[in-house]
Amino acid sequence: MERRAPSGTPEDLGLRIELALAEPGFAPYSRALMTEPLDVTDAIRARLFPFPRAHLLSAGDLTRPDVDALLDLADAFLEFGRQSAKSLDLLRGRTLINLFFENSTRTQGSFEIAGKRLGADVINMAVGASSVAKGETLIDTAATLAAMRPDLLVVRHWGSGAADLLSRKVGCSVINAGDGQHEHPTQALLDLLTLRRSFGSDVGSLSVAICGDIQHSRVARSNVALLQAMGCEVRLVGPPTLMPSEVDRWGARVFTNMIEGISDVDVVMMLRLQRERMNGAFVPSTREYFRFWGLDAEKLAHAAPGARVMHPGPMNRGVEIESGVADDPVVSLITDQVEAGVALRMAVLASLAERMEAEQ
Amino acid sequence: MSGRGLAFINARLIDPAAGYDGPGCLVARGGRIEAVGYQPTFPARVEDARVIDCEGAVLAPGLIDLRVKTGEPGSETRETLRSAADAAAAGGVTTIVLQPDTDPTVDEPALVDFLMRRGRDLESVRVLAAGALTRGLEGEALAEIGLMAEAGAAYFTDADHVIADSRVLRRVMTYAGAFDALVAHRPADAFLTKGSAATGGELASRMGLPAAPAIAERIGLERDLALAESTGARLLVDQITTAGALEALERARSRGVEVAATVSINHLCFNEVDIGDYRTFMRLDPPLRSEDDRLALIEAVREGLIDAIVSAHTPVPAEGKRLPFAEAQPGSVGLETLLAGALTLHHEAGLSLLDVLRPLTSGPAELIGLEAGRLAVGALADLVLFDPDVPVVVDADQLISRSKNTCFDARRLQGQVLMSVAEGRVVYSI
Repeated sequence: MERRAPSGTPEDLGLRIELALAEPGFAPYSRALMTEPLDVTDAIRARLFPFPRAHLLSAGDLTRPDVDALLDLADAFLEFGRQSAKSLDLLRGRTLINLFFENSTRTQGSFEIAGKRLGADVINMAVGASSVAKGETLIDTAATLAAMRPDLLVVRHWGSGAADLLSRKVGCSVINAGDGQHEHPTQALLDLLTLRRSFGSDVGSLSVAICGDIQHSRVARSNVALLQAMGCEVRLVGPPTLMPSEVDRWGARVFTNMIEGISDVDVVMMLRLQRERMNGAFVPSTREYFRFWGLDAEKLAHAAPGARVMHPGPMNRGVEIESGVADDPVVSLITDQVEAGVALRMAVLASLAERMEAEQ
Repeated sequence: MSGRGLAFINARLIDPAAGYDGPGCLVARGGRIEAVGYQPTFPARVEDARVIDCEGAVLAPGLIDLRVKTGEPGSETRETLRSAADAAAAGGVTTIVLQPDTDPTVDEPALVDFLMRRGRDLESVRVLAAGALTRGLEGEALAEIGLMAEAGAAYFTDADHVIADSRVLRRVMTYAGAFDALVAHRPADAFLTKGSAATGGELASRMGLPAAPAIAERIGLERDLALAESTGARLLVDQITTAGALEALERARSRGVEVAATVSINHLCFNEVDIGDYRTFMRLDPPLRSEDDRLALIEAVREGLIDAIVSAHTPVPAEGKRLPFAEAQPGSVGLETLLAGALTLHHEAGLSLLDVLRPLTSGPAELIGLEAGRLAVGALADLVLFDPDVPVVVDADQLISRSKNTCFDARRLQGQVLMSVAEGRVVYSI
């Protein structure tokens, strides 16, 4: 905090101290939940609502009231997750299939934990290249799975639109856990939950810079949609070769200069740069990338006082982010994001199940 | 001229080659057109002929489709020559030109001969074959253009493959000149378009689809035009799709370069927004373009800049389309919807029927030197009788093609084929 004291007003410092004191669980309502564990499940039940759609495919599909309700529920789950006894029966008897065509330790694990804490039977299906190589179409796979009668299908696939395609062909709720370069809605929702817990409920007043490989990032697309729906000022920062074409029509300000791009923003959201894109294909070298678009303390000093840093993980330390920033508990929200991920996914699963109950 | 003929009376004759649209009658006999009259009936009774009262329906030259793929030989589950010919006949298409990208590739005279013979044996619409420009469509070694021309190849093309190596394309064009062969080539920069599934722009970037910028077409075309100009080859631009490329085409024409161009019916009827829900039936190669491009293409048809409208008939079986968008195989079937699709240019964009039918009949006939595509005495009796106004709803499941991948599924169109005649033989009638 001293590091950036010159740029911060006393009020800012005071705010930050208050926030620090309140850790963990500083939002007023969640603090109350913390002290009386028994109330947590009551709070969950009180906040349960039927999900507005049969599937969660895109962050842009949700209205602001839906998002608020979902995050309120996720807040309750987050407190619940901090108790020693973490199992509920909201999804008892329900089957959740994790269908991952791409490897993902964290997202798959997060959904698995979320499902198990809610009492669902969770099956992980890692569909490697094998069945694809055998010529099975995605719809064949879907038909096979549908015949097993799951209630919830979490899918990650390398093809943009894959979750959408599956949702039309299976009879259960589909949750998009990342489809190609299109969307990753639960990531955007958990990022928003993290922001709300850090900055309070008025997230719409925040300015957020999303930095790095925008072109290939489904996280960026979902976050742009969701943050804009919440009223945030969104900026996109990165080398021009990693900007999607006609990105200027996304309603966000676009910067190639990172210092200008993160000047006075409240949140710096870093994106992972895939290794195969580093060596000459899109940027000349990792060291050149880090020099101009890697987040270090020096660049971060241009952000607003009290600015926080996020990263969806896994991080390339020394490429897009310096360890000193990533590991600084005062600025980094990276571990908070992981914790919020489980809670948010519990909220999504529970409200989708609530919708199924309502329909039966 | 002998044998029992067909006498059409009370027709609305439309003959783009003659610029005629009006009442008429026509006799076909022995595979050729024996008589044409620009009045509802002939003054004297036509001897030894089946008389067909058209009741005011349009009688026009049968359509000529320069770009048709079947699965034969090599992948007959997609489409056979038989099913393609039946689909063509039902669509009023009386000549189809097969693309050489089969298995094996049509890059030598025996295969050209084989396909044309198989086509004749069907006793249906006329089946012609296009030969490859390069061996195996690999863009490296010259295919036997001369021998294939002798065997009857209609023109030469590497189909969807772009010859990236300018030295190879230059030699192909130079060599083809010796046989006055028509060289069709896809205008595209091979490096910019590699791996892409959509047109670069706001929509594709929001959808997260691998995309190529639209200028890739103009870049490719400018190169092809420069090579055609310097070698004197007859170039056919295979499926022009962008406004930028149309400008380049127009400039080259005004300089006197001998260049013709086709456009696919899909790019005249759909734009990139149609891929918005990742519908893989809309995955095409070249991909669908912006609405501005589509409108520019329609204007180009109106102004006569486009020589031929093609169906770009590409049967893809279900397993090739039931995939995420970028992985799905590109293409749409189109033989059965070509005419009704083209008639949207008349009904919606206000083009005259003459302007709509010219690039479907006399335009392509002139390109490949076929004695059809016009309603003149002595020409091949390839005819289509249709009602241009009947509303139809396309139902993919009802198509005759073995593959049902049509862009036009559930589309409301106007225009119904009543009868198709190929070389004086009725190959379809309702």
